[in-house]
Amino acid sequence: MSEHIVHPRVYITIFLALMLGTGLTVVAAFRDFPGPLNAVVALTIAVIKSTLVVLYFMHVRYSSRLIWLVIAAALFWMAILFALTISDYSTRSWLPIN
Amino acid sequence: MPEGLATTHDAATHSALQHHFANMEQQREAGALGMWVFLVTEIMFFGGMFLAYTLYRYKYPQAFAAASNHLDLRLGGINTVALIFSSFTMAMAVFYTQVGRRRNSIVCLLLTIVLGLTFLGIKAVEYHDKYTDNLIPGQLIPGHPFNPEVAKPGDTDEHKLHLVPGATVHNVELFYWIYFAMTGMHALHMIIGIGLLTTMTIMAWRGRFGPEYHAPIEISGLYWHFVDIVWIFLFPLLYLLGRHLEGHLG
Repeated sequence: MSEHIVHPRVYITIFLALMLGTGLTVVAAFRDFPGPLNAVVALTIAVIKSTLVVLYFMHVRYSSRLIWLVIAAALFWMAILFALTISDYSTRSWLPIN
Repeated sequence: MPEGLATTHDAATHSALQHHFANMEQQREAGALGMWVFLVTEIMFFGGMFLAYTLYRYKYPQAFAAASNHLDLRLGGINTVALIFSSFTMAMAVFYTQVGRRRNSIVCLLLTIVLGLTFLGIKAVEYHDKYTDNLIPGQLIPGHPFNPEVAKPGDTDEHKLHLVPGATVHNVELFYWIYFAMTGMHALHMIIGIGLLTTMTIMAWRGRFGPEYHAPIEISGLYWHFVDIVWIFLFPLLYLLGRHLEGHLG
């Protein structure tokens, strides 16, 4: 597999998309969405922005399967870290202690 | 990726090719993979702090909103733009090295460093604002304990802490522990990144890189983009969540 050279046009497009995302997240932060939706909107935009950075700026879209596997493993372990800890903290009140 | 054991090197061997690699392409991929494995450990490292933030924000939402609203949104926003722009110039530095345009590549590297320094300068201004408002948590600075002046209803002085019903000063302090730990660690990574990029600029200046060999610039770029991604999450989590409650505070 030979190296892929990403055209500057792609970098400019991604840069503009990231700027748009930053603007959107600031505007959305001042709107009062119901329930936890403010956090959901902010995190969704952050996830989309970082996915763009990883795929294009960090060339992962054009990288080998091995690199994809390494990143997937990181996200999987991160999911374990969050899922197990939050399942603990969010269920502590279920048991009446004392 | 090349298969099997390599017994001979390419006919035209590049001087940067290490003897344990079959060719430049294999060496480049191995380097990128190594950097990604390191970034995995970084993801887990920052992940622990993001988890701490999540748990305490879930537990003390009002205090976190009040503390978050005290941060300077304008300075945080400018820093976000500076960092994203620096990621763009970093990507362009890699591109110009790949196509062999050394001068443009050096200009892009220098721009990236300047934008990184801009970020750190603005961060320093923000830290100083927190210092003068007595918001440095605990006894981190001797003789300057965490002791913010709490605003009374109707007082609009933005140097004072505007508490939301249900928020306590103690839990606001918790937010600032997390704020300084996360942004401080992030700033440390920026400083290391600027050191890396300075080395890359000197190496590029000496003509060490070209279309066949540019793995060090590419790998430093991976690190720089990772630090950018951390900020992409820190900015909304620290500066923005809670802004929609501002109208309810009075």
